[in-house]
Amino acid sequence: MAFRKDKAPVDSELSGEQAIFNKETEGLSQGQIVFRRFVRHKAAMTSVFVLASLITMVFTALETKIGPWTIPGWWKHGFEELLDLRTEGCPPGIVGCPTIDAVPSFIDGTGMGLGMHPFGQDDIGHDYFAMVMRGAQRSLYVAFVIGTLAGTIGITVGAISGYFRGWIDSVLMRFTDFIITIPSIIIGSVVGYHFGNLGVGFLAFYLGLFAWTGLSRLVRGEFLKLRELEFVDAARVAGASNRRIIFKHILPNAVGVIIVSITLLMSGAILLETALSFLGFGVVAPDVSLGSLISQFQDSFTTRPWLFWWPGLLIITIALCINFIGDGLRDAFDPRQRRRLTKKDKENAKVQARNAAANV
Amino acid sequence: MFAYISRRLGVLFVILFGSSFILYNLAAISGDILESLRLSREPNAQQQIIALTRDLNLDVPPPLRYFLWLRGILGVFIGSPDFGLTRTQQPVINEILLALPATVRLVTAATIIAIVLGITIGIVTALRQYSRFDYAMTFVSFLLFSLPIFWVAVLLKEYLAIQFNNFLGDPTIPLPWLIGLSVASGIFWAAVISGTRARVFQIFGGVFALNFAFLSFLSATKWFANPSIGPIGIALLSVGVAYGVTQLSTGITNKAALKSSLAMAAIAVALYYPVQWLFAQDAKAIIYPLMVITLFVVAGVVPLKFTKIDRGPIIRTSMISAFLMGLLLVINELMQTWQPYMETDAVYFRPIPTVGQVNALLEPGNFWMSLLDALVHMFLPTLALLLISFAGYVRFSRGTLLEVLNQDYMRTARAKGLTERTVIMRHAFRNTMIPLTTIMVVDFVSIIGGAIITERIFGWIGMGTLFNQAINTYDLNLLMGVFLLTGFLAVAANLVADLLYTALDPRIRAGSGGK
Repeated sequence: MAFRKDKAPVDSELSGEQAIFNKETEGLSQGQIVFRRFVRHKAAMTSVFVLASLITMVFTALETKIGPWTIPGWWKHGFEELLDLRTEGCPPGIVGCPTIDAVPSFIDGTGMGLGMHPFGQDDIGHDYFAMVMRGAQRSLYVAFVIGTLAGTIGITVGAISGYFRGWIDSVLMRFTDFIITIPSIIIGSVVGYHFGNLGVGFLAFYLGLFAWTGLSRLVRGEFLKLRELEFVDAARVAGASNRRIIFKHILPNAVGVIIVSITLLMSGAILLETALSFLGFGVVAPDVSLGSLISQFQDSFTTRPWLFWWPGLLIITIALCINFIGDGLRDAFDPRQRRRLTKKDKENAKVQARNAAANV
Repeated sequence: MFAYISRRLGVLFVILFGSSFILYNLAAISGDILESLRLSREPNAQQQIIALTRDLNLDVPPPLRYFLWLRGILGVFIGSPDFGLTRTQQPVINEILLALPATVRLVTAATIIAIVLGITIGIVTALRQYSRFDYAMTFVSFLLFSLPIFWVAVLLKEYLAIQFNNFLGDPTIPLPWLIGLSVASGIFWAAVISGTRARVFQIFGGVFALNFAFLSFLSATKWFANPSIGPIGIALLSVGVAYGVTQLSTGITNKAALKSSLAMAAIAVALYYPVQWLFAQDAKAIIYPLMVITLFVVAGVVPLKFTKIDRGPIIRTSMISAFLMGLLLVINELMQTWQPYMETDAVYFRPIPTVGQVNALLEPGNFWMSLLDALVHMFLPTLALLLISFAGYVRFSRGTLLEVLNQDYMRTARAKGLTERTVIMRHAFRNTMIPLTTIMVVDFVSIIGGAIITERIFGWIGMGTLFNQAINTYDLNLLMGVFLLTGFLAVAANLVADLLYTALDPRIRAGSGGK
């Protein structure tokens, strides 16, 4: 629908900004254009980098069991390991204070380092760094499951009702309305409260079954719009099957909207999981999630604030990164979105226009 | 149109029927309401079980029991709805009617402030697209988007409530804070107004100096211990309001509008002492609506003296100004209640509470005292809700306005030679409001069910608390009562939003699919 190259300006009438943009996209496929725009989005690229490092760190920190194999983690403690409570170096009356020291030695003379328990310990001696890593694993896992499941259902429902319209559309959309009326926090609570011990995977699965409604409406809207365009008619005249039209012709054009709303869905899912765990409906002990950690230690804030800061900071970092990536993708996929021209661009444009005028 | 609405209403009821049926059975299979009684060792546990089984029809299997419940609900059509009894054998409807006002109070304030602030900032960022201010606000709104509300709430409790209460014990602002606050506001205003580099520095310097002087003055006079605006402050602020509102509403060149707004300001100042006297009378509550009506009548009549043509916009201007000035007088009165409020035994110089919805120890009777008490209790939860929903409005209004600004009719409006104010306020802003209105309606309703966490952290007893309690005790009737209300409101809000959309935007035809 967008990125048509046939309207490239021929004369110098459009030689302003338009020329610069056209010059940049000349001879590139849509995918390449989108990729280039995304790479130029600084906040999004930073977020990609931060999130990727965070995921790597979080998932390699603890030992993981896959079937019969156990992959050891790089961190020395497990999240369920009971250790001696450390009191030395802590303020009086406080146990398990953090040992992380981010101040370099030329300022306070002790040097930088993680120490024994970088994030401190909880009341009974669990290593808090390990717990936070485990919590972040759970939260990321939930976000991923919900994103994938809700994404699949949402795209399928939206695509079918938008493409076939008629009674199929009515039925599916009424069904969507019906799911919308059941707030996800209610589902999470009902399910989590009684099946919370079935593990975080089950919770994520159930939440995913109810989180697709917004996406399906969006996809339906896109399909309704795209199916009326000429290239779909052309494909149909050429004898393409419905399946082929949906997957090969319409879906690639709707992919921008889809990806963006899935990222938003994921950051929403992280917050939903933490909120449910906070209420006690989500992940239950002995397993931990970022939300349940905050819930557990919210009263310790005045005496041992680190128990509260670390999980919160991690939630914010993850959600913020996902949101920024979504924003970058939105800008990259939006044909009308233009980057701000730098002074250099404008200089180049002037030079080009002058040359063009001289050549006439 | 009628057919469309009735069809939508029909679908609405079918949907509510289906989802309530599912939820009822989901909740029923998830746990046993009698479990705690069965395990209890009380001597009359057996009798209680029998009584509950009888009252709640627990001997009927859930899918059928749902229809017994539904029969009670459908009584609404013959005027006697029956929402059933809770686990403690109280009528569900009573519990809901007790909880609803708290939630509505909480949600209304937060939503209105979020809308006003969010739209204002969203519009400024759109008008200054790709400026530093725009980038900063984008970052802030994404940050707020990513904040878990319970986390923010704990921080607010610690830093805002406890530290602010400490500060009020000795209301002098330390120098680093003075400088920090002044620099922050200087940067903010310089970024909002922007311009050439020299101008930015001028604005920064001016705002910094003004702010520094103002805050030092407040600090030195211990204003925070006994705040008030005073007649001079009211006069200055009213004139400011008159100019500001006129500028936005009709443009400063409209002399009649400016004159009537300034006349309203003069009236506000003249009424300063009489109104104070009236407020102090502690009269019947009926006097307050009467005062509001008088305010609007006066604001509607005064402009007639200044103009004979084009009265609509001028009356509107003077009414908005009068409303804001009335608000100033009310705020002033609340401020003057501050010191007596702090000195009561119930408060005793720790005015910002971290939990609860009213101070039970406070002696009832004084209208202003109770109002102030309700407001300080609302302060933290409202702020927490506000921070979360504010970001959405900023992003949405920014996006919508940018889209509108790209339209051809904007170019046409500019080409006609209209002033920038007219173009922005009349052509752009109004078109931005169309999609925003529909979002607001849905948003407002969805928070009613969604304030569960906020209510819990701040110890409010609202709809969220009821819902939480219902799930924890497997109290089906209570759960369904809460769900019916929030679900009905949610679906109805969607319908209202669609209808509003049709009413506001003539290009959309009701029932023509789409949307």
